[in-house]
Amino acid sequence: MLELSCRQLRDDIAAGRVKSVDAVEAVFAQIEKHEQTIGAFVSTFKDIALEKARSVDAKIAAGEKVGLLAGVPVAIKDNMCTSFGATTCASKILENFHAPYDAGVVEKLNAADAVIVGKCNMDEFAMGSSTENSGLKQTVNPWDNSKVPGGSSGGSAAAVAGRMCFASLGSDTGGSIRQPASFCGVVGLKPTYGRVSRYGLVAYGSSLDQIGPFGRDVGDAALMMNVIAGHDERDSTSVGADIAPVADCLVDLDKPVEGLKIAVVPQFNAGASDEVQAAITAALEAYKGMGAEIVEIEMPHIDYAIAAYYVIATAEASSNLARYDGVHYGHRTADPKDYFEVYSKSRAEAFGDEVKRRIMLGTYVLSSGYYDAYYLKALKVRNLIRGDFTAAFEKADCIMMPVSPTTAFGIGEKTDDPMQMYLADIYTIAANLAGVPGVSVPCGFDSGNMPIGLQIFTPAFTEDKLLRIARMYEKEHQWHTKVP
Amino acid sequence: MSELEYKVIVGLEIHVQLATRTKMFCSCGLGFGGEANTRVCPVCIGMPGVLPVMNKQAFEYSVLAALALNCNIPSFTKWDRKSYYYPDLPKNYQISQYDLPMSEHGYIEIPLEDGTTKKIRILRAHLEEDAGKNTHTFGNFSAIDLNRTGTPLLEIVTEPDLSSGAEVKALAVELQRIVRYLGVSHGDMQKGHMRFEPNINLEIIKEGKAYRTPITEVKNLNSFRALEGSVKYETVRQLDEFMETGVTFGMGNKRTFGWDDVNECTVLQREKEEAHDYRYFPDPDLVPVEMNDEWLAEIKGQLCELPIQKQQRFVDEYKLSEYDAAVLTGDRATAEFFDGAVKLGADAKRVCNILTQTGLKMANEKGCSAAELGVSVENLATLAKMVDAGDINANAATKIFEEMTASDKGPAVLAGKLNLVQKSDAGEIEGFVDEVLGANAEAVAEAKSGSKKSKKAMGFLMGQVMQKSKGQANPQVVSQLLNKKLGESE
Repeated sequence: MLELSCRQLRDDIAAGRVKSVDAVEAVFAQIEKHEQTIGAFVSTFKDIALEKARSVDAKIAAGEKVGLLAGVPVAIKDNMCTSFGATTCASKILENFHAPYDAGVVEKLNAADAVIVGKCNMDEFAMGSSTENSGLKQTVNPWDNSKVPGGSSGGSAAAVAGRMCFASLGSDTGGSIRQPASFCGVVGLKPTYGRVSRYGLVAYGSSLDQIGPFGRDVGDAALMMNVIAGHDERDSTSVGADIAPVADCLVDLDKPVEGLKIAVVPQFNAGASDEVQAAITAALEAYKGMGAEIVEIEMPHIDYAIAAYYVIATAEASSNLARYDGVHYGHRTADPKDYFEVYSKSRAEAFGDEVKRRIMLGTYVLSSGYYDAYYLKALKVRNLIRGDFTAAFEKADCIMMPVSPTTAFGIGEKTDDPMQMYLADIYTIAANLAGVPGVSVPCGFDSGNMPIGLQIFTPAFTEDKLLRIARMYEKEHQWHTKVP
Repeated sequence: MSELEYKVIVGLEIHVQLATRTKMFCSCGLGFGGEANTRVCPVCIGMPGVLPVMNKQAFEYSVLAALALNCNIPSFTKWDRKSYYYPDLPKNYQISQYDLPMSEHGYIEIPLEDGTTKKIRILRAHLEEDAGKNTHTFGNFSAIDLNRTGTPLLEIVTEPDLSSGAEVKALAVELQRIVRYLGVSHGDMQKGHMRFEPNINLEIIKEGKAYRTPITEVKNLNSFRALEGSVKYETVRQLDEFMETGVTFGMGNKRTFGWDDVNECTVLQREKEEAHDYRYFPDPDLVPVEMNDEWLAEIKGQLCELPIQKQQRFVDEYKLSEYDAAVLTGDRATAEFFDGAVKLGADAKRVCNILTQTGLKMANEKGCSAAELGVSVENLATLAKMVDAGDINANAATKIFEEMTASDKGPAVLAGKLNLVQKSDAGEIEGFVDEVLGANAEAVAEAKSGSKKSKKAMGFLMGQVMQKSKGQANPQVVSQLLNKKLGESE
């Protein structure tokens, strides 16, 4: 049963062929078997999940209409608020924080009759690319337990790859869905900024954060997208149907894009490892074989994407994380001597190094005298990068490139060199700055049997087309059917 | 005190709490007092993951107020985060507006004591959210009440164009009238709906040279008395200080004072104004607001004649005294009640008298406006017209007005019911006059004598006739008849 797609499982449950309770039991059996090793979850909710599964089964038995994910066990990243359990962001400062409300996407999952089995580990406050910055636990790659799962949504990716849920949600600020999807050999979609409500997503970089799905194949990502997409009046930056109607990502998924034009950035791809380059080249050849045309383009400003990202994201983070001060909730230092110490000690004790580093950097770039030189300049670069994408989409339907220069690296390999870690985000970050959607699709394995991801971008609010393009490739190559 | 020549220079920062139904960025209701932390939700207490959504009503109220303050309304405005750590600020940043406020460059016209007016320039007005309140009544702990957190505030910054405590107070009173006229704020000073922070210093001329004293900022004044008092007190204090120390305005010597309401003096709070770095940057959770002509026109349609204009019109057109015009324009409903009756053809002075002699008193007792006493504009106009037509006298008008507040009957019906209709029928009154003249020969003789006593005797006879008519005879008719009869019998 664990090898069923979400679509198949949902249909089986809805038709009464399979009980949701049995699917949930199967998932928990898998969790009990592997979680000790993988460490994908910060928390699991067996009782709540079983109760939900029983209620879905009862609805079906009573002949009631059920949602798009009826009875399907899913997981969410632990930076999405739930009215049950804790919402930790994998940080000691929120270790015991229980939100009094459900995030917009959690409401949508509930409305679709999904069963949330657990909340996944991540880099603390989504800051990182390996999940090694979690303040709570270690997550390893299901394909090789000595390797990282990627990050920051490492737990969400590992849970799907390790069959500990059927699909999951992550968040992507600079590649945090696509890169772990690539490292763990699953499909990961970062939707257009504004397509999915951020209400209830604990903010890291508000103008970049976007929630998106992990699925074992493109179809499951499309199904998840259909569930979570749409306007939310509680999120002013979520886009309404008047500007961009929500497209059904599943209905035409198997329809290839006619006369597909693919843009590639040759000198840019050269930065990837040989094995990654070879896999990408092979994927492009496969598209050519399907009749696609390859267009070589330049994206002159992308070289500045990492610099601009680390200014904008950290500036926003320094402000977003100011509220974790020990006054209202979260960790508070013992015996502070005055209110200043409540702040300084609580924060010093509970934030991890990477979070502190980014708060300091963000505080610096917003400081009087530095604002124009850093923050304002980064915003200008951001506009130029948006322009690069616009220009590219005038020449082609999509852009393709690697997700990451390498496959999953070893645990501890880069932790002492944050710059090295930052630079590995080179292929993913620009899409967040431009707001466009991007997907990672499995496109092979390296010599060490670690998955490689192909990244595809399309213009804003064309997730349906993006997934169709991804599906064209997936149909031809069964990489996604491989199991760790 | 000194013989020095000096000028007082005051600029104001004013926070006006808007009278919206809900808070600035969430759907919690506004209120005053109440149990701590009961008017809160995840958004206004800054829980992880929440997002603000702009209250459109608050924005429109702000635009309306800014238009009344003659400000420009730019077509593009945005929200910024102002960062500082304080326990009553749950996000540790305040959503405010920094370099692109929703309005700027206006003025407010204030009435001066000499009957003229003065224009005080407005630098800018912007919208922001209020913080909560810290209280320190729990021993070693401080407590925080977040009920007020997220309340919409319009911050108005004036240029330093004010030059006395009286002017500062006049501005405050005028602003209160304006925001109440527009309905954008309750303007209740005691409830903190309007809070003032004057920046005060002096320009002193000494031996032909001009010196400026260091600026004092007085925090959080919420009464007219404190506002005027702080300026007066600072004027003296700064003069004394200048004479003693010679200290003048310079970088970093701005000081923050509080106001001691009991001793009526300013109290030093912070010696040197620290150079705060608020690290303003655009709030990525909110979208900028774009104002188009259509929307602006819609808001402009809600503007009304401003109090100072109304007051001037009442003086010019209706020939009211400055005092009466000011009293009647104190609140918009009363002014419109009065104006409405006049526009229905009643005499302005007559309506004014009825309102000032009875309507405003009753309204004051009941804590409402004169327009809300239950008397219609039409009935007020009719009542005034009846006095002028001689149907009733002025005293009767007062009684009838009072009666109308508790009755759905019109003034004519009530005048009849209360026997307050004046009798002007000469035939009927002549009977009373004849009776009185016949019964008071001595007084008649005195009245006719032309001596000192004749006036008093005439008054006595008048009184007798009025008594016989039970107060309903028209005094003018009585007087005419008496004169005629006394003249005839000579």
